[in-house]
Amino acid sequence: MAVSGLIMVAYLLAHMYGNLKAFAGPDSFNEYAHHLRTMLTPILPREGLLWIIRVVLLAAVLIHAYTAINLWRRNKKAAGYVGAKRYQTKQNKTGIQRSYASFTMRWGGVTIALFIVFHILNLTTNDIHPGGAADTPYGKLHNSFQSFWVLLAYTVAMIAVGFHLWHGFWSALTTLGQNYSAKRRDSFWNSAAIAIAALITIGFLAPPFAIYFFGLGG
Amino acid sequence: MNITVRVWRQKNADDKGRMVTYGVENVSEHMSFLEMLDVLNEQLTLAGDDPIAFDHDCREGICGMCGVVINGIAHGPEVTTTCQLHMRSFEDGAVIDVEPWRAGAFPVVKDLVVDRSAFDRIIQAGGYISAPTGSAPDAHAVPVPKDDADHAFDAATCIGCGACVAACPNGSAMLFTSAKITHLGLLPQGQPERESRVIGMVEQHDHEGFGSCTNIGECTSACPKGIPLDTIAQLNRDLLGALAHGKA
Repeated sequence: MAVSGLIMVAYLLAHMYGNLKAFAGPDSFNEYAHHLRTMLTPILPREGLLWIIRVVLLAAVLIHAYTAINLWRRNKKAAGYVGAKRYQTKQNKTGIQRSYASFTMRWGGVTIALFIVFHILNLTTNDIHPGGAADTPYGKLHNSFQSFWVLLAYTVAMIAVGFHLWHGFWSALTTLGQNYSAKRRDSFWNSAAIAIAALITIGFLAPPFAIYFFGLGG
Repeated sequence: MNITVRVWRQKNADDKGRMVTYGVENVSEHMSFLEMLDVLNEQLTLAGDDPIAFDHDCREGICGMCGVVINGIAHGPEVTTTCQLHMRSFEDGAVIDVEPWRAGAFPVVKDLVVDRSAFDRIIQAGGYISAPTGSAPDAHAVPVPKDDADHAFDAATCIGCGACVAACPNGSAMLFTSAKITHLGLLPQGQPERESRVIGMVEQHDHEGFGSCTNIGECTSACPKGIPLDTIAQLNRDLLGALAHGKA
């Protein structure tokens, strides 16, 4: 759970860096996308490194989902067969200090998984192309974010990712034994999780918002 | 003060159970929560009803016997045990929901009493040192760094009441298990069995049907002894170390 999650966080940071190339102009963005395919050639074949990354990522996603479903089932049973809502009382349903981020981990994860399917069909294969199909990476990006609904879907998904990382990054580091604070809010990794969640959410949303509202890249 | 309590009544392990509402009048605000239940039980006995069963022993907040979920929070609104919780923490006229700990590994025996022997079996799986210690050693015979001594003592204050499990959305007993791992793992006497202890206790914890930790921190907030959350990270460090040394 923790290790596969951290692999995905590392990927997200790299992915976000690439996206921000949109601000350097369409040529820079396209060149970056091209370079991803020719990286480490001729040692590796064309797109070789890209496929290695894809396989590692897919493995991380599958391991993350598999362990999550296993733990979900086990924890439901452990809490008395009805999950966290096992008490009759209507008071203090969210406990003493549970955050919204922590109790949306599971359904938030499902939401993000569905979004990734849409995202790949939209911007990788371009099978779904609201705003018109395009040949260049920047063209795909630019055309898609002419649609309000695409912008909305990405916004919702990135906020879900932010919440997921807010709890998930902290939780992963604690699972790996890296918390030395008696209370969560005093922990360095809790602050780091908030920073990473905010950075990734804002970093990913900046190019789409710039394109939709300010006509970035014409 | 006059209050209304809604209490979980369940005749035995096989009974389905339900919430039953009782009025309790003339409750002193200086009464402990358990004394309020005593008054209610006298009322029930006089009326020929079955009194409410609940666990209790020292009533000083140090034995770990008592504990009920009050308004959805283990041990109620104050950071203390149920016996040390006073009625002044509630408003006059309040409706108070009282339920037993809920966890797959803590089956209800009757009313508010649950079977917590799973905790005993986790301790039996490694929560001890096997060196013959004899009488108490001289305080300076084995030097222990101050930080380690303080941390070990904080962890050792766990009374095994089970509030962490009752509060955990996953029904995990990680805080209980990690308190003992930290307590013994930081002291010189605990070193020889440090790795087999963490493996054995975590295995038993899972075997008992407790859930897994998702680092939410509800356990440490509900804990009447304030067992700190970093004990769980300590458990994870020890577990990763033991697994790396092939001690599974």
